[in-house]
Amino acid sequence: MTPAIAPGAEITFHVRRYTPGKDARPSITAYRVPLKSGMTVLDGLYYIKENLDQSLTWRSSCRMGVCGACGMLVNGSPRLACNTQILEVARGQITLGPLPNFDIIRDLVPDLTSMIEKHQEIMPFIQREDQAEIDNPDGEYYQSPGDLERYLQFSFCIKCGCCMAACPTLATDIRYLGPMPLAQALRYNNDSRDGGAALRTSVAASRHGVFRCHFAGECSRVCPKGVDPAKAIQLLKGQLVAGYLGLGRRKRPCTKLGPASRR
Amino acid sequence: MQMRDTKPGGGETGYWTWHMVAGVVMVALLGLHMTTMHLGGQTGLFVAHPAEQAVSPANSQARDASLALTVGYVLLLGFGLYHGLFGLRTMLLELTLRPAAEQALTVALIVVGLALLGFGSWAAFAAHKAASGLAAPAAVYVGG
Repeated sequence: MTPAIAPGAEITFHVRRYTPGKDARPSITAYRVPLKSGMTVLDGLYYIKENLDQSLTWRSSCRMGVCGACGMLVNGSPRLACNTQILEVARGQITLGPLPNFDIIRDLVPDLTSMIEKHQEIMPFIQREDQAEIDNPDGEYYQSPGDLERYLQFSFCIKCGCCMAACPTLATDIRYLGPMPLAQALRYNNDSRDGGAALRTSVAASRHGVFRCHFAGECSRVCPKGVDPAKAIQLLKGQLVAGYLGLGRRKRPCTKLGPASRR
Repeated sequence: MQMRDTKPGGGETGYWTWHMVAGVVMVALLGLHMTTMHLGGQTGLFVAHPAEQAVSPANSQARDASLALTVGYVLLLGFGLYHGLFGLRTMLLELTLRPAAEQALTVALIVVGLALLGFGSWAAFAAHKAASGLAAPAAVYVGG
């Protein structure tokens, strides 16, 4: 429960400002923002832009924690600005910076290209051998509640990049795939409709892939959607080892509910 | 998009799996080693002369004479080398070297590991032979 706020209360936003190519180095600018009950970090940023400094730049969209656009460093921890109540993380002072482990476009806007490219490498889509079905789908694929449960949690990922920013391995090894792509590799491997696990294995088990994870667990600590990428990574390691030892569980293919099954 | 260094037939998965196996084996063999060294007097485990310390020359020579213990220590050496060198490789790979350098590092560590295992095995079996009375005492000392 957030504490009561005195009338006229204010909080100081210390925001890291930096425009590559224009500024020699990053700097911190302080803004005094009136505090209201229920105010989020994003609300504070909007106040600054509308009333104090129109040049302040960040990325945001949905305002409700489902798009992942507003990931940033809030008091040293990667968080979604729209999902973070100011009074839950600060009293009097709050420090904002761009997500670490990414290049910076400007101020609080990270360049997420590296994360998107790594995500593309693991082929984050349903793959099947029957090309005819992919080209001309004519039925539904049945999934039991148990089938859904095997990947549902990992499908909550909104690609905000907070886990990638928090990962200490990614901080030292820029080629490491990272928590989000690896968690999504497991998400699709565990999907009963998918037949692309072998292709994803060749990427996930590469030299800077899943086995470079040291299990720090920071990715799961900062994930705003409860995806638990650390758990996904350990499950993925287990899948790969089981496959290597010949103990892998044979994937039961999804039952297709096509026109023939309806006769 | 960067090319991933993939390798059929196990690759990183194989290295990792054996890293885990080596860890488990080391727990068992190190446990035996520690029990022998520190609790040998109480347990009598692998201690031919309980009145003396576990590391006394007589007790050491008695252990050297045992083929099973010699093989056990060579296994401990082998699994320990593998576990440690894989860990070292993991740390060094985070330096983001060029792919060719990473491959060279892997090969170098394999060569170093095999060399150390070979030398350690030779020393262990030489000590075993000497302790078993199958060779002249002078053969125990490296370099003659």
